[in-house]
Amino acid sequence: MKKLNRIFVLALALALIFSLTVSASAEGYRTLDEIKASGKLVIGLFSDKKPFGYIDEYGEYQGYDVYLARRLAEDLGVELVPVSLDAPNRIEFLQSFKVDIVLANFTYTEDRATQVDFALPYMKVALGVVSPDSALITDAEQLKGKTLIVSKGTTAETFFEQNYPEVKLAKYDSYTEAYIALLDGRGDALSTDNTEVLAWAIENPGFSVGIESLGSLDTINPAVSQGNETLLAWINEEIAKLGEENFFHADYEATLRETYGENADADSLVVEGGVI
Amino acid sequence: MQDLGISVLFRGVNFQRLLGGLWVTLRLALITIGLSCLFGLLFGLLMLSKKKIAKVFCRVWLEIVRFMPQLVLLYLVYFGFARLFGWDLDGETSAVIVFTFWGTAEMGDLIRGALTSIPLHQTESAAAIGLTKGQVYLYVLIPQTLRRLLPQAINLSTRIIKTTALVKMINVTEVLKVGQQIIGQFYRQPDAAFWVYFVIFLLYFLVCWPFSLLAKQLEKRWA
Repeated sequence: MKKLNRIFVLALALALIFSLTVSASAEGYRTLDEIKASGKLVIGLFSDKKPFGYIDEYGEYQGYDVYLARRLAEDLGVELVPVSLDAPNRIEFLQSFKVDIVLANFTYTEDRATQVDFALPYMKVALGVVSPDSALITDAEQLKGKTLIVSKGTTAETFFEQNYPEVKLAKYDSYTEAYIALLDGRGDALSTDNTEVLAWAIENPGFSVGIESLGSLDTINPAVSQGNETLLAWINEEIAKLGEENFFHADYEATLRETYGENADADSLVVEGGVI
Repeated sequence: MQDLGISVLFRGVNFQRLLGGLWVTLRLALITIGLSCLFGLLFGLLMLSKKKIAKVFCRVWLEIVRFMPQLVLLYLVYFGFARLFGWDLDGETSAVIVFTFWGTAEMGDLIRGALTSIPLHQTESAAAIGLTKGQVYLYVLIPQTLRRLLPQAINLSTRIIKTTALVKMINVTEVLKVGQQIIGQFYRQPDAAFWVYFVIFLLYFLVCWPFSLLAKQLEKRWA
């Protein structure tokens, strides 16, 4: 009897969850006109991911994504209402219409594109390769027969396995271990996202990023709730327009330059006017 | 002097923000614990009801609370309600609803346990000297129950305080989230994380400790 009770309860709960997941979402997003009328633009941002979206020591939002968020609100003539979110719930915030736009270093993937609508890109990420200045690797061809350090499960691992099988890979479980391996000289170079290696090379004199952009490009885009066409169209227009004034280069100088250093090339990260 | 990791806490208004976050945590926990005690009492009495429907109702509620992680419940209320019914609750309201839903059932079950642990002869003896049912509860059962209940209720309260850390996932900036934001500002300073988490540990301790002291005091007085 007790067991039956438990099964009954379980079934009830499952039914509840099921009904929540399958129920067609009501069209609860706010159109461009509704946002204008309300005077508030609600944007989901990271609050702890420097230099993209973070809160500084005075309690103010800062970063590359935030710079754009401020401009969007300004151009729309409304107040910016930032909402702090984390990587795992970015999609939820859009699907439940808690925010109008997500600007949180949101990489475009086909899987995500079935759940939210992405606007034009404003940044791109590819692989970068960092190596000691004494034996700088500037071309992927130079790596043949040499040892490249990667982290397990990263895009770098798959990319080199598929495209450069002649490169010997030394795989480590975490980024930290991988970087230590490079410092110890257990490999000739290290590869991971270019944003990561660029920032790391600044911190570690004697090492430079010889290859700043390699492999298929991932793009970082603003995202809106699925079907919110008026807002999507406006963001796309806005990004195209901002491209004309080189807005994203200014954004890079203001927020990312410090992290990636004097020598890094802004064009390896920045996308202007949504054109890659 | 070398820049110690702990100094990140005192840049700008960081420390005030951390205390502000602690206040959010505390306020949320206190509201929830208060409501849980109130509804928990009703829930506990309902569990003792002889009516089948009441028993099934309590059972379903308690089971849902027991096997659903709090985070799932928070998501259901914060995101799910907005999607399903168009109820756009803010994070803190959602958190109060979920934690009260949870606390009520747990507290109710504790109250039920404490009540039933009082030997039957107490009730019978009280009835024998002519007390009404209400008087039996008021003068005999409830005072004894409270004493047995206290350690477990305190335990539940501190659990609630600690579980409020989950609300950072639904856009409530409580103490842990503020801490992570501060670490985020100084991600290049490896020992910043240690110091921030260490201070958060101390803050949680300072919040939970008075509860233990209070319990000890009360237990002593009632013994």
